[in-house]
This record gives sequence, C-alpha cells and structure tokens, in this order.
Amino acid sequence: MPEKLNLNRVPMPRQDPKVRRGNFDEVALGYTEEQALEEAGRCIQCKKPSCKEGCPVNVDIPEFINAVRENNMREAVKILQSKNSLPAICGRVCPQETQCEVKCNLAKKGAPIAIGRLERYVADWGRAHPEVTAEREGQSFSIVDKKVAVVGSGPAGLTCACDLAKLGYAVTIFEALHIAGGVLMYGIPEFRLPKEIVQSEVDYVKSWGVDIKLNQVIGKTKTADEILGNGFEAVFLAPGAGAPMFLGIPGENLSGIYSANEFLTRTNLMKAYLFPEYDTPIKAGKRVAVFGGGNVAMDAARCALRLGASEVNIIYRRSKIEMPARAEERENAEEEGIIFRLLTNPLRFIGDDQGRVVAVECYEMELGEPDESGRRRPIRKPGTEFVTEIDTAIIALGTRPNPIVPSTTSRLKLTKWGTIITDEATGRTSRDEIWCGGDMATGAATVISAMGAGKRAAVSIDSYLKSG
Amino acid sequence: MYSITSREDLASGIYLFKVEAEDIAKKAKPGQFIILRMDDKGERIPLTIADWDEKTVTIVFMEVGKTTQKLATLSAGDSIADFVGPLGQPTEIESFGRVIVVGGGVGIAPIFPLARELKRKRNTVISIIGSRNKDLLFWEDKMRSVSDEIIVTTDDGSYGRKALVTQPLKEILEREKIQRVFAVGPVIMMKFCAATTKPFDVKTMVSLNPIMVDGTGMCGCCRVEVGGETKFACVDGPDFDAYLVDFDLLMMRQRAYLDEEKKALEMWEKSCPKS
Repeated sequence: MPEKLNLNRVPMPRQDPKVRRGNFDEVALGYTEEQALEEAGRCIQCKKPSCKEGCPVNVDIPEFINAVRENNMREAVKILQSKNSLPAICGRVCPQETQCEVKCNLAKKGAPIAIGRLERYVADWGRAHPEVTAEREGQSFSIVDKKVAVVGSGPAGLTCACDLAKLGYAVTIFEALHIAGGVLMYGIPEFRLPKEIVQSEVDYVKSWGVDIKLNQVIGKTKTADEILGNGFEAVFLAPGAGAPMFLGIPGENLSGIYSANEFLTRTNLMKAYLFPEYDTPIKAGKRVAVFGGGNVAMDAARCALRLGASEVNIIYRRSKIEMPARAEERENAEEEGIIFRLLTNPLRFIGDDQGRVVAVECYEMELGEPDESGRRRPIRKPGTEFVTEIDTAIIALGTRPNPIVPSTTSRLKLTKWGTIITDEATGRTSRDEIWCGGDMATGAATVISAMGAGKRAAVSIDSYLKSG
Repeated sequence: MYSITSREDLASGIYLFKVEAEDIAKKAKPGQFIILRMDDKGERIPLTIADWDEKTVTIVFMEVGKTTQKLATLSAGDSIADFVGPLGQPTEIESFGRVIVVGGGVGIAPIFPLARELKRKRNTVISIIGSRNKDLLFWEDKMRSVSDEIIVTTDDGSYGRKALVTQPLKEILEREKIQRVFAVGPVIMMKFCAATTKPFDVKTMVSLNPIMVDGTGMCGCCRVEVGGETKFACVDGPDFDAYLVDFDLLMMRQRAYLDEEKKALEMWEKSCPKS
C-alpha cells in the first residue's frame, strides 16, 4: 500500500487541439508504460471494490490493475479479456466517469483511478503482443454441436458471439454492411476510435471461430425465421438503432443537409475524408451547423472541422448542463474551436435556386419548469428570430429503430416505439429461440451497455441450449 | 467477392453483368435493387435488379461516372467486392387488367421483369420503350416477348418512332381505359409521364433513384418528398405514387455531388486513359 494517497491522476497525453483539428489521427495518445505503472500505483486495491459493480460487463478491475502494478501485462491482458472481448474499444469509448470510475473509492477524496486509460493501455499492449492474446489454454472451437446466429456485428453482436464461441458454440454473425463492426465502424470517428483497432478486435472475435458473413441484410437477404429453419437453434438480434430522426421543419430536404448518420457514415465507413482516393464524396463546406447535444453531435461537429470547415456551430435548444454528451467530448470539441450556440432552436432552412441550403433561421429559448425527463423545459422566446448563413447542416437528434428486422420476424412483440420487447436481465424476447440486445432492445444507448446486453444474452442462450 | 459470370454490351455505354449471388437471386422481386461496392475504395451505388435466375442476379448499368466507368472495365470471371440485396419494397403487382409499362434509357432493364410478372398475372401489357437514339436502345426483343403491344421510340428518330415516350403514352390513354401505368427511367421522363397520365387519372407508379449510401434506411441520404411527407426511397420505396412525388426536389438532390463526381471522373480518366 502506498504511504499516502495520491489524489491526482496521471494525465493522458493528447494531440494539441490546434494540430488535431486538422487531422483524423487519434486525439488521445495513450499512456506510456511509465505513466500506466504510476496510475495503477494509485489504486488502493480495496477489500470491497465497488468499481466492478459499475462495469456492465463485470471486468475484474482491481485484479487487472494489480497485474499492471506488478508490471505483469500478460496477466493483465488475460484478466481483461476473460470478461471483455473488445477492451481496446471500451478503453476508448466507454463513459467510465459514470460507470466504474464514479464508484472508485478514491473519487470520494480526489480523482478516481483512470480505469479506462489503464484498460486502453493493457488492451493496446495485448494488440502489440498477439502471441499473448492468441493463447487459448486448452479451449477449442465448436465443441458444442449447436449453431447460434447473431444478427449485427456491432458491440452487442460481437460480444455475444465471442462469449458463445468461448463456450464452444458454432457462431455465425450476419452483418448488413460490407465490413464488420457496426457503429464502431460507421459512427464513431477515426480520431476517437481508429478503425484498425476495431478490426483487430473483430479479428480477435474471429480467432475464436466466429464466422462473420457480410452483406447480409436480415429481413431482406434472409429472415430470422429462415435462419432458424436452417439449422440454427438460437438467434440473437442486435441490428442497431437504425433510422435517423429529423427536425421536421421546412427546407430540411435541401441538399447539404445531412443526418448525422449519413455524415458520419460517409466520413468514417466510406472514408470520404480521403476523397478522391476513396470514391465516396462529402461536402462539409465552410460554415456548418450541427443540431443536437449528444455524443453523436460532437462527433459530427469535430468531423466537419477536420473536413475543412472554418466555422462549426453546435445548435442546442437547452443549456450546457442538459447536454447528453460526455463532458470529455464536449471539452474536446470546445478546445478544437467548435462554437456552442445554446438555448437556440431552428425554425426553417433556406435554400438557393439549386436546392442547396444557404441559411438557417433560428430563435432563442429560455428554460422553464422541469419536464418529465427532469430537465428544464426549453420555451421559445418571442421576437428572437435570426438568420445564419450556412453551407451544411447536420441533424444529430438520435435514431428510431429500423423496422427491417422486427417487421420481418414473425411473432415478435414490439414496444410502441418499435423496439423489440426484451427482458433486460436475459435478453429474451417474446419468442423462445430469439434474443435481442443493443439499441434495438433499449433505444439508442452506449457501446458498453450494448456489450453488457450481448453478454447477458450469451449466458441465457447457453442455459437455454443446455436445457434443450 | 461476387463473381461476374457473364457480361454483355447491350448498347453504347450500357452493359449487362450477371453476378453470382444465390441468396439475392432466391429473394429478388421486380422493383427491388441491389447495392454494390466495386472494391475497397469504392462507393456504394444502387442498381435496380434487371433479372435473375437460380444463382445469378442481372444488373444493367450505363457509364456515367467513375464507378460505372470502372465497372465497365470488368469482364466475366472478374469479381465485385460487395453486392447486397434485394433491397427496397417489391413493385405491387396484381391482376389490374390493362397496364402500360414505360422504360426510358437504362430504365428499360428494370421494367423487363416487371412486365414479365404483370403478364404472368394475366394483365394486358402495353410496353413503351424509348431512348435518345438507336445506339442506346436494347432489349426490344425481350420486351416484345412479355408484351401484348410494344412501341419503340427514339428522340432523334434513328429507330422506331421519333417521339418522346410520353407521346404514345398519351395516345394509348386517349384510345382506351388503362388500369395502371408504371414508368422507370430518368427523373425528367418520370415527371412528364406523371404529367401525361394525370388528366386521365390512372394510378401511375414510378421507381425513384436518388443517391444512396447504405440502402437499408440508416442514413436518410435517399430522402424524397411524397405527398408532402419525407420518405426514404431505400426502405419505403423505391416505388411511389407518381402524382405525389416532388420530382424537382429529387433532381436537385441527385445533383448534390456534381462537382465531386466530375473531379473523380477526371482523375480516373487521367489515370486510366481509354485505349
């Protein structure tokens, strides 16, 4: 035990904001070995660690941090990977400050242990030492003579597939896009989560014998019912959130107005930032307005900046406190020069004779009494309308469930929002042989909550198939 | 990878590929489309399905930009990186009675399986196929084989009747009672087909072809306005009631990347001069 508690965490080296706003390279640079050891050294190894309780996939946090303290990275990788198949991803995109880190006992007195940064360090060490991550210690593939299908290769699907494969099932993932990873590939930008890292974690899942079939739109190419009729005994549906929401105001279909999904998909999945080397174009323009206050809005705004915009405004109808984005992401955006126009709401888009957006008319809001979400309700301030010239607008209001999977799977019970009714503890749906997890069960949420759902479904599928 | 089993040069700058894609072939219905991505750096483009058999899906495309020019360099035995579908809603096909199908330019390809299915459902099928000139015309014989009557037009009169497709369309509607019209082709043609049938109040369906990315309802790039409502052509369509479609908006949205398309094409042509 250290003599005295160190209440300050080791800062994470990051690219300078002035430099990084001009490139798509990763913003956070990761700990060095020295920094990792120093940060791990702050952990007091509580007898009753509460950090673990905060982790949706139950990572043995004190144990892996202890291995780091002892500079036994091999052991740290093993501990991490036993619960989390995608640690390099989680170490980068999990909201640790509201999960494990908020529960850290040091948080009562000072800065909690930087669990996410240590997870990232260990996972990256593991990627640099493939011989360690490849060790299987007597486990072999497909030892259970049962086939399980997973629909979607995002965080929920990959986690469920990998856990089932580790239990010996023959698992096939059906992915609609041309590459595996789901939102990790199309949504989260390169500078927060390099695509090479996503693919190396996908490769880890594949190394357990998981077969990933690309270009399979379940509900179109084949249905979940057909999969079940084709030798698969259980299906886990994790097709993701799907359909983007729009503002529903005049002029919204002018050219130059993107959903955040489209803007990010073009940029990240299709690599439009490398146009014309890559064929998919994107038009960010010089003046960009992003509507919304979540992480996706921050991602879109920061992408627009990197695509060459000179002025990016985030337009949000409430105030900063109500913003759903992680504080860290908001700060990153601010540092890079993104302008926040709070308590502002759009009224209509204005186009030119070519049908391109050239301006947006907005009005100001003020906060009234709290609404059912507990946040103060924004109210329109009369007479505050103003027009701002823009080249591009990005709508980041969230998504609705894509109906393709639920509407083509027979006898599935849905909620009034179109999500699949799912038991949170097990992932079970109204059909015995179908499970669901991720955004299709909960509505838009986080990578790690989707992974937690994938994990719980894997446990439930295992017990169902064992009893059957 | 999806293997091209055969290639046919149908007309000047218009090519046919049969692509091995058994899963899609089993499910394909008239009116649906596929999305393809040629290679790792390629864009995703939608193409309406022109035909299928047990194992292959037929696509017909015209050279217009970089992707289609690159595609045109492929031959039988070559492969396409990604090929996904069938996407979109199938065309609603019933026993309507007497129907007209209009195919313009490369739009002749997708109306073939549509006309065939209409015929199979015992409709009287009157086909109008048109192109700018004789060199761009294809599948007259195939269309004839599934039509009770066929009219061929060219804009310049180099083959068939010198007319736009809307002229015979109007004449037939004046001549007899038609239960339904289907029009597939350039947006401007579909817009004028709608204007032509409107006075006769015949339900007219068009197949819209906006720019798409994923093709599964995820991005909203393909949004169109139909009856004042925003629809996603990829999942709600591509077929819509022609009287409700905002064609002008569609044309403007199709031009959103004109500069970029030009730039990409120029660079491609420079790097790979045609022999």
